[in-house]
Amino acid sequence: MAEHPSDSLVELQDLSFGYGERLILDGVTLSIPRGKVTALMGASGGGKTTVLRLIGGQYRAQKGKLLLHGAQQGQDMQDMGLANAQQLYTARRRMGMLFQFGALFTDLSVFDNVAFPLREHTNLSPALVRDIVLMKLNAVGLRGARDLMPAEISGGMARRVALARAIALDPELVMYDEPFAGLDPISLGTAARLIRQLNDTMGLTSVIVSHDLEETFHIADKVIILANGKIAAQGTPDEVRHSTDPLVHQFVNALPEGPVRFHYPAASVDADFSAGAGR
Amino acid sequence: MSWYHPADVGLAVRSKLADLGYSARLFGRLLASVGTVVRRPGLVRDQIHFMGNYSLAIIAVSGIFVGFVLGLQGYYTLQRYGSSEALGLLVALSLVRELGPVITALLFAGRAGTSLTAEIGLMKAGEQLSAMEMMAVDPVQRILAPRFWGAVIAMPLLAAVFSAVGILGGWVVGVLMIGIDAGSFWSQMQGGVDVWLDVGNGVLKSVVFGFAVSFIALLQGYEAQPTPEGVAHATTRTVVVASLTVLGLDFVLTAMMFSI
Repeated sequence: MAEHPSDSLVELQDLSFGYGERLILDGVTLSIPRGKVTALMGASGGGKTTVLRLIGGQYRAQKGKLLLHGAQQGQDMQDMGLANAQQLYTARRRMGMLFQFGALFTDLSVFDNVAFPLREHTNLSPALVRDIVLMKLNAVGLRGARDLMPAEISGGMARRVALARAIALDPELVMYDEPFAGLDPISLGTAARLIRQLNDTMGLTSVIVSHDLEETFHIADKVIILANGKIAAQGTPDEVRHSTDPLVHQFVNALPEGPVRFHYPAASVDADFSAGAGR
Repeated sequence: MSWYHPADVGLAVRSKLADLGYSARLFGRLLASVGTVVRRPGLVRDQIHFMGNYSLAIIAVSGIFVGFVLGLQGYYTLQRYGSSEALGLLVALSLVRELGPVITALLFAGRAGTSLTAEIGLMKAGEQLSAMEMMAVDPVQRILAPRFWGAVIAMPLLAAVFSAVGILGGWVVGVLMIGIDAGSFWSQMQGGVDVWLDVGNGVLKSVVFGFAVSFIALLQGYEAQPTPEGVAHATTRTVVVASLTVLGLDFVLTAMMFSI
């Protein structure tokens, strides 16, 4: 499924990133298509969240490019790896990010959390801020929870509030870091539908990092599976589901044995359990 | 592994130097944030209110007890030389020049400083600072700066409260309990305390301590490992480092003030 580059909002070109000796991403090239829901999947520690941090410019790649294209096709693009503080903040105003546990400001109420980006970045009147905040909260079904504090709401609600906050400034790109982790089945279904619905009604581009196969395959237009710092498979959910790559096969079928092993590397069983083995 | 390699020493020195440079840069950014603070005074006002409220009770109670003790101990010493009417002067000078700024800074580090460190550390652990960065809001400007300047402003005010309450405590013990003449207690104090040399230097000290304590508290929180243990360690370090810094700075400042 090759796309013309101008159809994509974000592009990674031969990008490598690592901590010290350990390479998390090794020459990854991928593109996030405009207006679509793209899912980044893979085993834990496989660099999925790192991709989000790289897109947001919180990490910088050691090698390769990370391009954020302009709002319209053909407009200037920004290499997030080379951006100065000013350019970084300009680029970030076009993004919203939903953190794993919401990352709501614990000293502010639900209303003030959603109002925060509006108050920081605009000079809108309090009446207008109120209307926008209530509209965003209504979109996630939490208009009635506006006066609660983050400590008083459940994990699923906190993530929905964080979503309202992430879309408060009408971003082009919304990134979801593990939006389904630790949710009960009802909240999980709600969250998945909400992501799809907001993407389509607001004309967003969405990137989801997730482990949850069922829900993610259900709502994604494009699935990218990362393994060992490289792309193991990408394409539509159906294409990925029927991939013959052994690693992808193991992942999408949740098999205990395959290229990703259950056992942490160790000495042989015989050596460890034989008489006289040391600690 | 019982001996250090030369490379370990080099690494330790280099990482200490890097930490120092990082701290200095953060301090510079906080000083430069004065513009943001002028543009949005409400944020600083809230912090002064918050920290002032937090610390006022402990400062006032400590102040009155220190005043009581100064009254008793001062009388014990002065009456040997037959100059117990100078008690007012002794109490006032001790508090305004030395004990007010220093004890206030130590108590402030324990009360408000630890809560600043814990607050910033928990915000970091909960990814709130990351979230703010992703919203294109600089956490140093939005979160750290108002707290920094709030503490710098609150410190001299709290020190003034401490000294005032302490002097009242000295008066209670000296005049009401021991029976020193009230007129000489107050007039000796009025005559002997210089506005610039004594009160001014005391205020200067507490402003310097305000910079030091709030910076250390914020740095420890901002640099904390984003885990429960990390925040706990950072909070402890705030008390230890801030207390030692205050006492060390106090000696340096006093020495400089004597030489002027």
